[in-house]
Amino acid sequence: MIQAAVVRFPGSNCETETLRALEAVGLSADFVWHRDDTLQGADVVVLPGGFSYGDYLRSGAIARFSPIMGAVREHANAGGAVFGICNGFQILCESGLLPGALMRNARLTFVSRPVTVCVERTTTPFTGGYTEGATLTLPVAHGEGRFVASAEVVRELRAEGRVVLQYLAGHNPNGSTADIAGISNAAGNVVGIMPHPERANNGMLNNDTGAGFFTSMASWTSALKGVA
Amino acid sequence: MRFRILVRVMPRAGLLDPEGQAVERALVELGFREAGEARVGRAIELTIEAGSAEDAGRQAQSMCERLLANPVTEDFSLEVIAA
Repeated sequence: MIQAAVVRFPGSNCETETLRALEAVGLSADFVWHRDDTLQGADVVVLPGGFSYGDYLRSGAIARFSPIMGAVREHANAGGAVFGICNGFQILCESGLLPGALMRNARLTFVSRPVTVCVERTTTPFTGGYTEGATLTLPVAHGEGRFVASAEVVRELRAEGRVVLQYLAGHNPNGSTADIAGISNAAGNVVGIMPHPERANNGMLNNDTGAGFFTSMASWTSALKGVA
Repeated sequence: MRFRILVRVMPRAGLLDPEGQAVERALVELGFREAGEARVGRAIELTIEAGSAEDAGRQAQSMCERLLANPVTEDFSLEVIAA
């Protein structure tokens, strides 16, 4: 049994630092392979950044059919915590666990730089340690990060408080609708974000503003034990 | 019977298509000053073994809905040709 599972797809490339960031907050964590069909009893599942299946067809489109995604879906439906970072967010949208889609950046370039985002929702297993309205400077690194959804879905996300992270006005790096940088499902247990908190979780990286995502997961996991 | 399926997937009209815009600008730069409204999509070709053209079309339709096109951002069209 582990507390946190990081799914490794062919083409994932942020899984090691994601695993280390989970271990750094005291969570027992391990990789699960995309061909596995069990999450080893993990409370938290993270779909890491990278280019699963070479981003062929569309980012996340093929990863969505990996055997492990059946277990991820069951875990999500049972209220388990599922966190998608960058390519993980794209996979969650492709699999329908989150609404909308991530399209080619508006200005066509791959964007790799720090951006400033505002924490809009703190009632999730990943953002519980932040205060609402906190601004974070986190790195983004993506070519397909422009969040797109119908006007109706965007209204619903706003009305239900499901925008988790928002780019500060003027800091939208990719043309995302309504400056959306991360969203949750209705219950809040499934969240996807484009920025990379695992690259900003330690003073050695000159930026630890992303550490709160991992301490939030640790607190959420301990609270689960308290209940059980 | 074998059928050849030609699938055409295009970004939905009205959605920003930066790739199409870049191609259009390049065409204009090249001297094709009348070029406009360029869109870039994707073509996928495959073979299906099916009892009839209708059956092949139904299978291809399902492939598009489930994998080949994203229902949020793309539209597709299909052509079924007896191989």
